[in-house]
Formats: sequence, structure tokens, C-alpha cells
Amino acid sequence: MPNEKKIKSVSYAKWGYIFILPFFLTYAIFSVIPLVDTIRNSFYEYYYSGLKAIGPNWVGFANYAEMLAADLPKYAWNTFVMWILGFIPQIVVALVLASWFTDARLKIHGKQFFKVVIYLPNLIMASAFAMLFFAMFSNSGPVNNILLSMGVIGEAIRFMESTFGARTLVALMNFLMWFGNTTIMLMAAIMGINPSIFEAAELDGCTHIQKFFKITLPQIKPLLTYTLITSLIGGLQMFDVPQILTGGQGAPDRTTMTLIMYLNNHLQAKNYGMAGALSVFLFIISGALCWIVFKMNTDPDPDGSKFAAKRARNAAKKGGNA
Amino acid sequence: MQNKKSSGRTILAHAVLIILAFMCLFFFYILIINATRSHAQLQLGFSALPGSSLITNLMNVLNDPAIPIVKGIQNSLIVSGCCAAIVTYFSALTAYGIYAYDFKLKHAAFTFIMAILVMPTQVTALGFLRLITNMGMDDSLLPLILPSVASPSVFYFMHSYMQSSLPKELIEAARIDGSGEFGTFNRIVMPIMKPAIAVQAIFTFVGSWNNYFIPALVITSKNKQTLPIMIATLRGADYMNFDMGKIYMMITIAIVPIIIVYLFLSKFIVEGVTLGGVKE
Repeated sequence: MPNEKKIKSVSYAKWGYIFILPFFLTYAIFSVIPLVDTIRNSFYEYYYSGLKAIGPNWVGFANYAEMLAADLPKYAWNTFVMWILGFIPQIVVALVLASWFTDARLKIHGKQFFKVVIYLPNLIMASAFAMLFFAMFSNSGPVNNILLSMGVIGEAIRFMESTFGARTLVALMNFLMWFGNTTIMLMAAIMGINPSIFEAAELDGCTHIQKFFKITLPQIKPLLTYTLITSLIGGLQMFDVPQILTGGQGAPDRTTMTLIMYLNNHLQAKNYGMAGALSVFLFIISGALCWIVFKMNTDPDPDGSKFAAKRARNAAKKGGNA
Repeated sequence: MQNKKSSGRTILAHAVLIILAFMCLFFFYILIINATRSHAQLQLGFSALPGSSLITNLMNVLNDPAIPIVKGIQNSLIVSGCCAAIVTYFSALTAYGIYAYDFKLKHAAFTFIMAILVMPTQVTALGFLRLITNMGMDDSLLPLILPSVASPSVFYFMHSYMQSSLPKELIEAARIDGSGEFGTFNRIVMPIMKPAIAVQAIFTFVGSWNNYFIPALVITSKNKQTLPIMIATLRGADYMNFDMGKIYMMITIAIVPIIIVYLFLSKFIVEGVTLGGVKE
């Protein structure tokens, strides 16, 4: 009897700590220490002029002020424009495809084939994809050749020499790489909707358009928000595609230069002070977006039903009192 | 009337899907066609039919001392393979630690990982580069592999999978049978986690294979470059003087292996996307 009690009271708590130790140790070494170092550097004038190091000299918030006064707003705008140009078609196409794929009354042949094909670009090496686009859309590349030989255009289009052309190419690549992924995520969400809601709507004579706007959209709203936020975080990190497409120049006239390309330039030049200040800006924005994702993932009341119930109870109570 | 309407919708759906599928496949079709044509043929203009220079282009790429592509493939395989193994093992280990045991900081640990779930690694790149230089790990493959021990999104995936597929009674039963804690994890939990591990191993491998930003900052010597860095050097200043057949062949080498593997595992991968719900 005492023996049994002893076994029961064995604490396994230390094993919990042992098992999670590698994760937290690695995170502390490779993320927390670098973060502290990055923030520290942002307050110093510290860069290389040729091989000679200037600084580190404490300058307070001077790097931040300089960055805001100079190019940061422009590059933030570039990043945003290229993200939204890709995201709008991405979410619209994904919504339409997902509702078609999940519509039991719509017989789509080769559904599995289409799903496999539209997801494919998501797995492609972004830098190689950008290099491919660069070769294809160059002035004497295959796309111009095809259009010329079909007589669609009279002379070669200089895609990468106009702001609109270059930004559209980046957005097109982002769209191609992500619309399949979003479609498959939204499909899972739509299939999670109680089918009896759709059946009831059909009995009431709902059209496809009504069903889409009145049932599907409101039901998957949490996932749509989640997709928006995670896509924003992805957009903030936009680098490989514009970097390779424009050879790191952000051509024409730095209108396709993204925030991370800017960071990359400072890191390559060992311009630690400015790279630090830029990183802190990025950290604050990502931190805010992370917080939203965190709230959504750990929300004990994701569809608002508990909140609605509570409000109804309160209203009933109030009514009772009055 | 109803029939006519729905057949119109069916036609529209198929038309849109065919256009989108065409957009997805068209570029890869041109890529593969152009990889089989010589520089001179490519200068003449586009052709929908393959040329006869596939082997020549391949040999030109393999024998170019300026771009050691075989070494690049090797480096990419080492980094991606190690990352896939480390990410899945340690994420499962961390998830198991939080799932199976009760300890004071359990809730705090979980909350912390959820808070950093989608934090971009780029924001700490500056400190990271300085740190690995101080540790003497600059220009090596290690700093591309080691940090993957802490992968919040894979942890989240594993933790969700355990909640649905790993009954705690099983762990209790193993304990009664005298199994040690690590033994239970390695011999009983890991086999149960196989489907989740396979999905995450594939996604991690592909992500690491395609990764460009950090490797390009860490690696400086030619024989340690991974494939994306080599592709980026193609876009250098002497692009105009480059053999275009070779460029297409190098892009083919970088992406076609992934496409082939994907075609074999496509059903599994497409289903895996929604299994976790979180992708970076």
C-alpha cells in the first residue's frame, strides 16, 4: 500500500522541462540574443566606409529619424502595392474556386488534377521562378517572341522598364505562387460548414450568388481574416522575387525595392546602425500582426457564439429588472 | 431552365480552371522546351517543339567551373535533409513535452510559442549574422541547420496532431510496462506521429531547398553555396553574354526535382496543407 502511493506521487514534471529545453535553448541563442543585439545596434552610428569601421557611437534615435525622413516610407509603399496587387486576385480567385470545388451540384471533371496543378507553383523555388520570369519577359524573350509572331503587338514590350510592368510581374508571380494554397485552405473551411444550412437555403429558393454571399462568406470570415493577416506577414517578407527579377536594384528607379531588399542592402554593406533601425521597425509591425494571429489561434470563442449568448443573457436580465 | 443555367455554370467553371491551369503550367513548359535548345536556336525566337541540345546544355552546366552546380545540389541536399530531420524530431519532442507532462511553466511555454508563431526570421538577421560570426560559424552550413530546432509553426502542427491522435492512456500504459520517458517518446509516440512527421518533413525540405535570404548572407565561398544562391549569381552583370540554354538548364535543375517528387506525392501533400492550417 505505501509502495503504491510512492509510485503515484512520482512527479514527471522534470521531464516536461527536459523535453522542451532544446527548443527554448535554441530559440534563446539564435533568436533572442540576435534580437537584443539588433535593437542595441539600432541606437549606434556604426557602418563601414571602405574597410574602415565608423563607430560604434551612441546616437539615440537618429537612425530611426533618418530612416523615416529618407527611403523607408517609399519602400514600405512599394511592398504594400506589390502585395495588394497580388493578394486581391489571389483571394477572389481562391474564393471562387473553393466554392466551385465544394459545390456538390457542380460536376467538375478532373477536380484532383486541377487541385494538384494550382498548388504546384507554391513549391517552386521563388528565386528560380523569378529568374525564369526575367528570361521569359526580357525584351527578346519568349513572351515577346510569341506576341510578336502572333501579331498581337508591333514591337517588343519592355516589361521591366516601366514601374507598372515590373510591379505587375512581381504581383503576378506572388499570385501564381499563392492562389492554389489559399484555395485549398478555403475549401477545408467551406467543407466545415454544416451542410444542412445550404440545404435549407436551397429549399427556400436561394440562388448560387445568394448562397455564396449570405452563407459561405459570413461562415468562413474568421479564416478569411486569418488568411489576410498571414498573407500580410508574408508580404512584409517579400524578397526573393523582386530581388532576382531586378538584380537587387528595385528597377525602375527603386519602385520595386521592398523593405527586406532594403534591409539586405544594409546588411551586405555592413551598415549595422541603419539595418538595426529598419529591423526594429519591421519587428514592431510583425509583432502587431503576430498578436492578431495569436488572439485568433487561442480564441476560446472563435465564432462569437459565447459572446452572443452572454449578451442575450444580460439583455434578459436587464429586461427582468425593468 | 434550371438545367440550362447549371450547365452554363459548369462550362464557366471548366473554362476558368483550364485558363488557370494553363497559366500555372505554361511557364514550366517553356522552361523545359528552352532547356533543350541551344543558345543560337534560342536567339532565333520561340518554338513550341523541343530542340536537340538537352545533353549539350546539361554538360555545359555540369562542366562550368564558375558555377559548381553538383556541389550546390549536394549542399542543398545536406541542408534540406538535416533541417527536415531536425525540425520534425525536435518539434515533436517539444510538443510532447508540453502535451504529456504537467509542470509549472507549461502554460507559459505554450503561450510563448504561440506568440512567436509567425514572427519573420528576417527581423533578427542582423544580430544573427553578428552572432554566428562571433561563434566562428560564418560561411558554413551549420547556421542554416541548427536554428531549425526551434520551429514554432511545426510545433503547433505536432501539438494539434497529438491532441487528436495520441491518447494519454497510452503513455500511462507504457509507464506501467516499465518504459522510460525517452523510450516511450522514441518507440511509441514517434511511430504514432508518422503521418504528421511525413507531411512536415516534406514542407520543411521544400522550404529549406528554396530558402534564399539567410543563406545568401551567411555563405560567402563558392563551394558552400546552395542552389538558390547559384541561381541568383546568374542574374549578375554578365547576363547578356551568358549562354541562354545554360540558364534555362540551371533553372530546370533547381526546380524540376521538386516538381517530380510533388507529382508522386501530390495527393498526400495537397491534403497535408489543411491538416495543420498553419503555413508560413
